[in-house]
Amino acid sequence: MKKLLSVFCAAALAITALAGCGSEKTGNKVEDGATTIKIGLSYELTGSVATYGQSSVDGVKMAIDEVNAAGGINGKTIELVEYDTKSDEAEATTLGKRLMGEDKVLAILGPATSGAFKAEIPDANSYKVPVISGSATSNDVTVVNGKVQEYAFRICFSDSFQGEAMAKYAAQTLGAKTAVIYKDSSSDYALGLAEGFAAAFADEGGSILKEESYTSNDKDFNAVLTSIKDLNADVIYVPGYYQQAGLIIKQAREQGIDVPILGADGFDSPDLLGLAGAENLNNVFFTNHYSSLDQDPVVQDFIAAFEERYGREPDAFNALGYDEAKFLCDALSRCESLDSVSLQKALCETKDFPAVTGTLSVDENHDAVKSIVVIELKDGEQYKSEKVG
Amino acid sequence: MEQFLQQVVNGLSLGSIYALIALGYTMVYGIIKLINFAHCDVYMIGAYVGYACMTFLHLGFVASLCISMLVCMVLGVIIEKVAYKPLRNAARIAVLITAIGVSYLLEYGMMYFVKANVRTYPEKTGILAMTFQLGNINISMLQILIVAITVVLMIALQLIVKKTRIGKAMRATSQDQDAAELMGINVNTTISFTFALGSALAGAAGVLVGIYYNSIDPLMGFLPGLKAFVAAVFGGIGIIPGAMIGGYFIGIVETFVSGYGGSMYKDAIVFAILILVLIIKPSGLLGKSTREKV
Repeated sequence: MKKLLSVFCAAALAITALAGCGSEKTGNKVEDGATTIKIGLSYELTGSVATYGQSSVDGVKMAIDEVNAAGGINGKTIELVEYDTKSDEAEATTLGKRLMGEDKVLAILGPATSGAFKAEIPDANSYKVPVISGSATSNDVTVVNGKVQEYAFRICFSDSFQGEAMAKYAAQTLGAKTAVIYKDSSSDYALGLAEGFAAAFADEGGSILKEESYTSNDKDFNAVLTSIKDLNADVIYVPGYYQQAGLIIKQAREQGIDVPILGADGFDSPDLLGLAGAENLNNVFFTNHYSSLDQDPVVQDFIAAFEERYGREPDAFNALGYDEAKFLCDALSRCESLDSVSLQKALCETKDFPAVTGTLSVDENHDAVKSIVVIELKDGEQYKSEKVG
Repeated sequence: MEQFLQQVVNGLSLGSIYALIALGYTMVYGIIKLINFAHCDVYMIGAYVGYACMTFLHLGFVASLCISMLVCMVLGVIIEKVAYKPLRNAARIAVLITAIGVSYLLEYGMMYFVKANVRTYPEKTGILAMTFQLGNINISMLQILIVAITVVLMIALQLIVKKTRIGKAMRATSQDQDAAELMGINVNTTISFTFALGSALAGAAGVLVGIYYNSIDPLMGFLPGLKAFVAAVFGGIGIIPGAMIGGYFIGIVETFVSGYGGSMYKDAIVFAILILVLIIKPSGLLGKSTREKV
């Protein structure tokens, strides 16, 4: 028994020693004479959040085809190496390692969700290969414990930033003095939004009368709505996803609560209309990455090109996928030399890049500084959109 | 005061749904001492049948309700014949596990056919869309309908159990299966009839929830099913009026807890009540304590 134990200890020591002696990595680069630049694509193509991944990839592919058709980067075309994370975070780590270590890609696009993207970041830092997500909105993606994740970038705003933008819009444009927050307590996304909203609304001089919560299993919101009705707040903020938000809006309107109901990009789903009913979707506002109503030529050209290629109107994930790929290509064209370390530098220096989802710059925390859109619904249709922030 | 009354209205409509589901649990338990976990999925199927009737066949509310109750009745009997009857003399735990199996089969089988996403009932029109104002209290026609239909169905059930021959057979079977059989009662038919009745009520609850909340999905039965089960235990499992009282009690408690500041803990409180009831009065509110003879 003792012998077995000592063998085990020796083996454990040997493994630690081996792991320790890996030399400092210098990043991947495009070999001389190669005609293509390899870019990794690691997305949720199957599994529970497959629609996010599939939509993003559609956008990415469209952007890359456009760049290649226009002559590529410095005469080299971009080659995508595509993997499916199966909506599994552990799989995302494995695939990230494979892309960086074996396929020697210059950068990785994806995954779409915050958890899976975060799982990929430690390896990105040690291999010195930039990873970019179009939709990882969680607050702690690019900065952990006050330290910037050097090789991680995202082109979307964070959850709390979105909440802040809505709070400012409520106070300044809608003239709200009081608000009630009714949040989904079972999702990090909603908690981040609620936090941002509460802080910014207080800064604007408004007061939060009450914070109520629900969980994603709930269907009956009448009890809480009745007590909210009595508070007579100017606006109700509902951070969460459309499945519950749709029902909350319906039940609130049926109880005769007609104040503005505010939300975030979780409202952006065709199912919201069916759940709430068109007659209840008035005076509803939500923040989003982009709106198809935007008359900016960048947006309208994208919509036209997307419809021609896929035969349907693009959603926010399509637009974010397209943007992250274009954002990467923009940095590649500014690189001093085609290797992943100078690519990281070029990405950091991005300024006023004209993306479909708003003009964006990269700040010192590797977050995107960009405008946000507030969409107003009238009879269930997108009626008006306004850029803020 | 107005808010209080409005909460009572909210609580009554929620409680009606729990009561309708709880009746099915309690009847089946009363007769074969089985917690039929598949019951809450019969309720889910009822909601989908109502959805299909209204969306694809464009039937009215009453017709959809009746069809859904009929389909669930047949489904309940099939479940009993296929999954439980062969195990009539097996250990109680074997039947219980089978019930859990049937429950998952229905949930994920349904998910295969209708996909996991949420579906919505067609928009309500005419009388169904009306709301009444009493001062500051809003009562929708649907809330009235839900409570009314629940009460009518419960009275009908009570009449069937107390006044008809088959009801007498049910009561006899639940007291002593062997003795009932010796008296010439067809026990198998009686058990099937009990499943049919309970499942029909679950089907009705499914359609009412679908039209009231406007959102159905294949896993919708799980949580209401658990709460209805708590309601049945609270009232005294096996006792029909107990299930009604339990259902309304749970509905009202849940409404008041979330209405007066505890929205975060409402489920925790419902299940805490279950634990308290089991500690203080294990046989439930209306339950008689029976001593097991050795």
